Amino acid sequence: MPAHLENEVTLIAAARAGNGEAFTTLVNQYDRNIYRVALNITGKQEDAEDVLQEAFLKAYTNLDSFRGNSRFYTWLVRIAVNEALMKLRKGRRDRSVSLDEPIATDDGESMPREIEDWGDSPEQSYAKTELQAILNGAMESLEPQFRTVVVLRDVENLSTEETAELLGLSVPAVKTRLLRGRLKLRERLNKYFKRG
Amino acid sequence: MNCKGVLNELSEYLDGNLEPALIEELRRHLECCDDCRVVVDTTRKTIEIYCNTEPMPLPQGIRERLERTLAKKLKRPS
Repeated sequence: MPAHLENEVTLIAAARAGNGEAFTTLVNQYDRNIYRVALNITGKQEDAEDVLQEAFLKAYTNLDSFRGNSRFYTWLVRIAVNEALMKLRKGRRDRSVSLDEPIATDDGESMPREIEDWGDSPEQSYAKTELQAILNGAMESLEPQFRTVVVLRDVENLSTEETAELLGLSVPAVKTRLLRGRLKLRERLNKYFKRG
Repeated sequence: MNCKGVLNELSEYLDGNLEPALIEELRRHLECCDDCRVVVDTTRKTIEIYCNTEPMPLPQGIRERLERTLAKKLKRPS
């Protein structure tokens, strides 16, 4: 087992035994990632902060249910995603698109429109914070049902099956949303990354 | 395989989950279709860029408020 994971197992055991400092170390290790998940899904800083707090509170009170079958980080992400989805569902009465709405597989809509080459490392033309703003803006512009799937698969690196289970979707539905989401993102980034 | 076929298999191809026979067909199409080659390349880069992005530092005050909330609710010393 890699040293950092061995250390993590020790920290989890200590936190379970009531060692608050050990839990704080785990929180500090992952809070940026969990905040990113929350922000990407909810799209609002205020909601993301609520999700961050709720997720770590739930993680602490449910530490005994963490069996170690998955990475601790994946377990945390699951909790955060559930919290974020609850927020999103609460606020969706005002939204035009439901998270659970089936996605019509209209090929015409998926066909790429912007077809221009980007070169090898288009992201290197931008400073770190500028690039981050571009990536966040493109992600936020996706509809929630695409954004959630792309975040879990391509930002948090969950498997298709894990994503399907978490979102209560079928594997084919996740694949359809992932493809559509990726193509939409590609198109939104095109104006920043195309050559020339 | 035609352009529509490439699009249908795009995610599976980029995720490395496509069967060898279909990979072969897809690559053969890419050799003669510049539009599809660009779409495949730029979609791959889109995924890579998001995959490789480190999370930014937390906005000011969030970590402090988180630690305060945890300390209060879990009754631990802050």
